[in-house]
Amino acid sequence: MTAPDTLTPVLTATWADERSWTLDSYTASGGYEGLRRALTMSPDDVIAEVKDSGLRGRGGAGFPTGMKWGFIPQDNPKPKYLVVNADESEPGTCKDVPLMMASPHTLVEGVIISCFAIRAHTAFIYIRGEVLHVVRRVQAAVAEAYAAGHLGRDIHGSGFDLDVVVHAGAGAYICGEETALLEGLEGRRGQPRLRPPFPAVAGLYASPTVINNVESIASVPSIVRHGAAWFASMGTEKSKGFGIFSLSGHVTRPGQYEAPLGITLRELIGLAGGIREGHELKFWTPGGSSTPLLTAEHLDLPLDFEGMAAAGTMLGTRAIQLFDETTCVVRAVLRWTEFYKHESCGKCTPCREGTWWLVQTLAALERGQGSEADLDLLLDQCDNILGRSFCALGDGATSPITSSIRFFREEYLAHLTHGGCPFDAARSTAWAGQEALA
Amino acid sequence: MSDVEQRTDLVSVTIDGIQVSVPRDTLVIRAAEQVGVQIPRFCDHPLLAPVGACRQCLVDVPDAGNGRGFPKPQASCTLPVAEGMVVQTQATSEVADKAQQGVMEFLLVNHPLDCPVCDKGGECPLQNQAMSNGRGESRFAGSGSGGVKRTFPKPINLSPQVLLDRERCIVCQRCTRFAEEIPGDPFIALVERGAQQQIGIAEDAPFLSYFSGNTIQICPVGALTSESYRFRSRPFDLVSSPSVAEHDACGAAIRVDHRRGKVMRRLAGNDPEVNEEWITDKDRFAFTYATQPDRITYPRVRDRVEDGGDGSLRPASWPEAFAVAARGLAAAGACAVLPGGRVTAEDAYAYAKLARVSLGTNDVDFRARPLSAEEESFLAGHVVLTGPGDGGVTYADLERASSVVLVGLEPEEEAGTLFLRLRKASRRGLRVVSIAPFATRGLRKLSGTLVQTVPGREPGALRELLGHADHGIDSRAVVLLGERLATVPGAYTAAAELAARTGARLAWVPRRAGDRGALEAGCLPSLLPGGRPVADAAARVDAATSWGVESVPETPGRDADAIVAALLTGEVGGLVVGGVDPDDTADPDATRRAVEAARFVVALELRETEVTRAADVVFPVTPVVGKAGTFVTWEGRPRPFEAVLAEAGALPDLRVLSGIAEELARLGRGAPLGFRTVAEVRAEMAEIGPWDGERATFAPMSALDTPSTDDPLTTAGGAPGSVLATWKQLLDDGAMQAGDKHLAATARPAVARVPRTVLDALGPVVTLTGDRGSVTLPAEAADLPDGVVWVPTRSSGRGVLADLASPGARVTVKGAEL
Ligand SMILES: Cc1cc2nc3c(=O)[nH]c(=O)nc-3n(C[C@H](O)[C@H](O)[C@H](O)COP(=O)(O)O)c2cc1C
Ligand code: SF4
Ligand code: SF4
Ligand code: FES
Repeated sequence: MTAPDTLTPVLTATWADERSWTLDSYTASGGYEGLRRALTMSPDDVIAEVKDSGLRGRGGAGFPTGMKWGFIPQDNPKPKYLVVNADESEPGTCKDVPLMMASPHTLVEGVIISCFAIRAHTAFIYIRGEVLHVVRRVQAAVAEAYAAGHLGRDIHGSGFDLDVVVHAGAGAYICGEETALLEGLEGRRGQPRLRPPFPAVAGLYASPTVINNVESIASVPSIVRHGAAWFASMGTEKSKGFGIFSLSGHVTRPGQYEAPLGITLRELIGLAGGIREGHELKFWTPGGSSTPLLTAEHLDLPLDFEGMAAAGTMLGTRAIQLFDETTCVVRAVLRWTEFYKHESCGKCTPCREGTWWLVQTLAALERGQGSEADLDLLLDQCDNILGRSFCALGDGATSPITSSIRFFREEYLAHLTHGGCPFDAARSTAWAGQEALA
Repeated sequence: MSDVEQRTDLVSVTIDGIQVSVPRDTLVIRAAEQVGVQIPRFCDHPLLAPVGACRQCLVDVPDAGNGRGFPKPQASCTLPVAEGMVVQTQATSEVADKAQQGVMEFLLVNHPLDCPVCDKGGECPLQNQAMSNGRGESRFAGSGSGGVKRTFPKPINLSPQVLLDRERCIVCQRCTRFAEEIPGDPFIALVERGAQQQIGIAEDAPFLSYFSGNTIQICPVGALTSESYRFRSRPFDLVSSPSVAEHDACGAAIRVDHRRGKVMRRLAGNDPEVNEEWITDKDRFAFTYATQPDRITYPRVRDRVEDGGDGSLRPASWPEAFAVAARGLAAAGACAVLPGGRVTAEDAYAYAKLARVSLGTNDVDFRARPLSAEEESFLAGHVVLTGPGDGGVTYADLERASSVVLVGLEPEEEAGTLFLRLRKASRRGLRVVSIAPFATRGLRKLSGTLVQTVPGREPGALRELLGHADHGIDSRAVVLLGERLATVPGAYTAAAELAARTGARLAWVPRRAGDRGALEAGCLPSLLPGGRPVADAAARVDAATSWGVESVPETPGRDADAIVAALLTGEVGGLVVGGVDPDDTADPDATRRAVEAARFVVALELRETEVTRAADVVFPVTPVVGKAGTFVTWEGRPRPFEAVLAEAGALPDLRVLSGIAEELARLGRGAPLGFRTVAEVRAEMAEIGPWDGERATFAPMSALDTPSTDDPLTTAGGAPGSVLATWKQLLDDGAMQAGDKHLAATARPAVARVPRTVLDALGPVVTLTGDRGSVTLPAEAADLPDGVVWVPTRSSGRGVLADLASPGARVTVKGAEL
């Protein structure tokens, strides 16, 4: 089907190695080479290298990573901090957890190089609290790195000191939002902060702070090791490099596919063995539930920041959730909306009250209650939430609703005429068709 | 910040097409007010840090001042203006208007809309703004299968006084932000999330704050209510009258809401110069003292046994009471006047004038508490006639000061408004230093530094501040002296010395509302009204001329302690006494016996007390709520107020005194006072004015009189026991807090504070024994120096002075059981 060289395994290259998560295994495949090279460079040169590579944040928004590092005021006498965002809670997003499980040292090495670049002497890795196994694995990797002299005082004689703290979150999607994360890290209630001041100026403990996604930081060692040009040779003009695409749902081989940005969904589905046998793609999210969903019409769009924006959606975290024709879009959207209602931090009115209301309106529609006017009401509610909320969680809550009504208005109406959901929910499950075997 | 400083930095913005210049950093929501546009809001409060939580104040910003607009509506309560910024509010932008209507509709999704039974109904920002900036009907109820609102069991007690109905709460966080930012009592906090997010009691800590009532007032819905007002009335049935709080020397502006002659509640008034928008819970809730069943409602005279009566007090008409009082005083020989510290300046003036003009004496002293001659001299030399713009330290000065030194003063307990202003200043970098025996919670909230001092050793501590670079005492420093320093010989002297050497400014902070006004009005043995020194012949002539009398007495008078002594020896026979509680005085037993011993006592009181029971004539006087008057703040700022209610059955002190004076004049004793009303007194006070001659000078204590600065623990002749430290708590057994049990339940409990070692050795209950008796209290550890114990002055029994010992005296501490 599709040529195997579409994949560009860098971050995922060693995942299948024997005990890939150990320092020995990592070092055997060239791990910590990037660090050695970085320590021979000046911090500013490391920042320049990352800038030149064109790396953009892998946490969803795609902000240029080198530029973010450049915002750190080096004349500020306060300590500087690096905070790694490993809260990974967006529905569908499942790249950081496997990365940290399979190759935690890629992250640790990235942390050391990044801290060296921004001149931070303390870094925090904030891992979502529910994944204790990941917390343990990263803790173990950090301990190994200390033992090997990659962390601690005067790292490899460079004079550079660094301590890394692995912090377990307490379980809230909102703590992935960077300022809420900082609040949580400081021991307070996880709610987003007012900006300005931006974290680069007054972040953790009111000190200059860089917050980056796990995958962003994990991409740094390879950039330093192989050079900015190598990285920039992959991907598209404004979306350079590779990224992990997490395919889940109605696909034959769900999983992590590391490929250059700009790959199309058609190619990815090919790599994953196609939509599950006997079915066809109905709708999909490009980057988690907060990114407006697309349909089979959009199979050939480039999966990069620009391509997705042009289609009215976002690349997000490349969490591609695939749904075939057995899935009721109203049902899927209601489930997502329930998630947002559950995770709304409560700080601002539109998101707190809006999600409460959206769920009720959607649930009624799913039961076949209400009227066509409720669709316009839903759109109006979304209009009153989107861009009116305090943070992007509220915005994200509207994405599934507005995009699904855009593409599947008829299906909503079918619920009303049918007096309930016209779908057989069992048919969309992973075990559909296997009942007889049970 | 002065106006001048602000104007130098103006930014010009266009709001709804109107150009306006506002100071840099002004928030758009307030700049809009300048052009007459009221942007709806909930979480925004001008005295709290912005949060941008409710999203009600969204506006459209087509140009942020850099030629580019914001793609989405912005919260105007968090957005500072920028030069050239263009803002369109709901008045001109459909986007802004729709955004606001949308947020308002969301707010009503989970709001119970129980306005008909809600205390806030009629004065509710949510109700009002839902009308002005919302759609008439919410679509929530009609949508889907009919909206289901979140509910909570109602209500919960955040404290014994403050209740929370969670379903009404719109989680604007005003209350929690207030608690954290203003008094620093973060006992309430947000808990849970999403629509379940609610205000909760912070872990293990009820909302015990002296300022909790402010949250009720700033809550933009009816979610917070007080036990004492909840369900009592509707705002639109109330008449609101401005007034001034009578519970301390801070002069907080209040609003008294009343209905059919009855006070229903009190709120903070808004006075940026004084209390901003905050008051203490005492100022808010302690008003029922004026309606207690023991109020005296008619004059009483005693049918004295020596005149053939049965010795009992009986009702009398006003004219009879005036006549009996005058006859009794005239026959009693030398007379003295003790007005107490709660009088208005006008009433104080009447007491001061009665003493001089009718009774021919300078024996008048407003100080119904431990006092000293050094204090009196200090008041005459350094305090009287100072005020804002006249050398007096003001609230605003505290914000500009480099450091503030507290000596003998615990602001959180003794001057709540002052405490809040100090806290505001300390959050902006003011250094607070406290000369005290231990670091109180109040001091910690001021991020203050303790200069740990054994009671009695304050003069030494003040001297050591000189030369102490860390405390930075310079001409920008302010030293606040509490009235308790009267019990410390040499303290005022040391403070004056410190001021003279460094240029630091001094201010005297008494506890009672009437103290400072009484000082100005001449209720001291050495001072006539307007700061005229009795010792100065020219000043005496000036007063006599103003009063149209031949002369005023020239012999310096007795202070309150000396009056008590003279009553006991019979040198003084007649006593005119206002609101004095013997248990507050330096020697309660002596005061009590002096009242008994006096040949004739005329008492002016609100409620029955042991003094009125012992008096020969009792006059009911009008409480503050029923009369006009003036309190003078610790700054020297006059705070005039008008009567709130029409009171029957009682008269203002000054009217009573003028009635007595008229009868005395008829008997040939002195002249009538020449006034009968507050307005007449005010006119006379204005006419006599402040003394423009030479002022009294402070006579410092000589080093000989001043005890050694060495630690009294080692030099007090080896006296056994611990040194007693004490001050009053804001909420205690004070007579003016009677009648609100919910308020009383928020008082800090009476505990003895002892050093940790003592607690460990003696256990959780201790008995303290002094020369006046013993008290047994639960003990708590504090960072006190060894050999010092602290107890609240009036939180148990008859109080420390009556039951235990004098402040600074020795007491023994033993383990006990309750
Ligand atoms: C509700 C919400 C949840 C988020 N969760 C995550 C997350 O789990 N992980 C993450 O890296 N970024 C998350 N983000 C994005 C972060 O705020 C931030 O943009 C990101 O960590 C920056 O890193 P990057 O520049 O490396 O992408 C979230 C944002 C929002 C609004
Ligand atoms: S949009 Fe508002 S309520 Fe929702 S998570 Fe962000 S701040 Fe909290
Ligand atoms: S109780 Fe009142 S002040 Fe406090 S958050 Fe709720 S609505 Fe706001
Ligand atoms: S008033 Fe501006 S967000 Fe609440």
